[in-house]
Amino acid sequence: MSGIGTNARVVGALGMRSIRQTFRRPQLIAPIIVFPTLLLAIQTGGAGAAVELPGFPPVQSFLQFMLAGAMMQSLMLAGNSGGIALAVDIEMGFTDRLFAAPIPRFAIVFGRLAGTAALGLFAAIWFFAIGLIFGAEIEGGIPGALLATALVTAAALAVGGIGAAIALRTGSASVVQGLFPLVLVVLFLSTAFFPQELMIEPAKTIAKYNPLSFVVEGVREPIVGGIELGDTLAAVATIVGIFALGLLLSGRALRHRLRAG
Amino acid sequence: MVAVPAWRANLATIGAMMARAKNELVRVPGAAIPGVLAPTIFFLGLNGVFGALTQLNGFSTGSYESFIVPVSMLQGAGFTGAAAGVNLARDYEAGWVDRLLVSPAPRWVLLAGTVLAASARALIPGVFVFAIALALGAGWPGLDGMAICFAMVAAMAAVAACWGSFLALRYKSQSAAPLMQAGMMAAILLTPAYAPLALLQPWLRKVAEVNPVSEVIEAARQGFVGTVTWADTWPGLLALAGMLALIGGLALREMRRTAL
Repeated sequence: MSGIGTNARVVGALGMRSIRQTFRRPQLIAPIIVFPTLLLAIQTGGAGAAVELPGFPPVQSFLQFMLAGAMMQSLMLAGNSGGIALAVDIEMGFTDRLFAAPIPRFAIVFGRLAGTAALGLFAAIWFFAIGLIFGAEIEGGIPGALLATALVTAAALAVGGIGAAIALRTGSASVVQGLFPLVLVVLFLSTAFFPQELMIEPAKTIAKYNPLSFVVEGVREPIVGGIELGDTLAAVATIVGIFALGLLLSGRALRHRLRAG
Repeated sequence: MVAVPAWRANLATIGAMMARAKNELVRVPGAAIPGVLAPTIFFLGLNGVFGALTQLNGFSTGSYESFIVPVSMLQGAGFTGAAAGVNLARDYEAGWVDRLLVSPAPRWVLLAGTVLAASARALIPGVFVFAIALALGAGWPGLDGMAICFAMVAAMAAVAACWGSFLALRYKSQSAAPLMQAGMMAAILLTPAYAPLALLQPWLRKVAEVNPVSEVIEAARQGFVGTVTWADTWPGLLALAGMLALIGGLALREMRRTAL
């Protein structure tokens, strides 16, 4: 078998392990699916009247508006959970065994990222299903849903890279877990849950420049309006930027770990 | 030798368990940070994101900080109580609970130590969120309003600790942690947490109307958004007493069933 084929098999196997690990541990799956679903229900039910506010963009319902936010929350936490799981692997010595195996080092990181991306895909499908069951319309139709799903999956991969870099650098699950509040901060200071124009300062200004807001809008537009090239390109550019940063940091952290032994 | 009266021995045991919880806090102060940070972030985040909701007809205050601060304080109590359950599960896995069970202390005393420690500990995130809220412009609730709010926070943490302990003793594993946290999060937020009852979506309004925690939130909130009255206070006290009796009873039953 060719080198590429072997590497793909390694990445696939590690990715599958990562997915199984997540679904077997309630501590890992709860933040990705249970909490965002719960928060989606509560925020939709509690702040649903917000669509009557002057200046709120035209949407079919608050649930329709919030779907992108729930997906973002889920993928961010998937990235964090992926980092925690990688750090646990380092703590338990599993990663050392992988280092000793005749496989390329990048496959170890990509295997974890493949698993995180798959969880992002699962989250997108899950929230689309919830939205459709509870009456949200997807204005962009099937192409819009596919575009949003692809963006969520790619964003999970990109965010997972940051989580993996921190795990590789620190090798400590508790440090990566400690970033959980930071994930919430980044989410709240973006347009994930409310239109930027209606947010309160300083959140309003921060949300305007928060890279996550560009991804959120790219995912949201096909749901609430239809496919819009500008929003899509901005989201793709942001995801590529985060992915590149994650890879750069992961590469450095991996080299540092190998040097340190 | 004079035998120590049972009530004194029980009090000493509860005190020792509370001191152990305090030692954990003093020796590993970082462990308290997530419990303080989470409700603070929720408070700041919800305020920044949903602050414009007060422009809707139906809000009795123009300050969303004042409206949301008791919810965040109660969330802190919920997190702290759930954490007590996680710690109990950890203690079970480590064999510490087995040692407690062979001691002559009655089961209810062991549970009371865990619950009261959580109750006291919940005041830390409560005070922190309260101070941040005041700094950001939340209305001063008055001494009576503040006292009622903190009493609600402490009692809600006791309810959450009973819930966490029940699950910890039922499943005997830290894997039950998400259930402990999600249960409390749902109980506290499936209420008029984000907006007054009249502005909630119909399904949530129905849930909030039968959810006893709604009364706790209204009681804790009254000083921040208006005046303190007995009519807004006693339903909260009654709801807490009912939840403590029910969930505390379940936790005690699990404690009694737990065999060595």
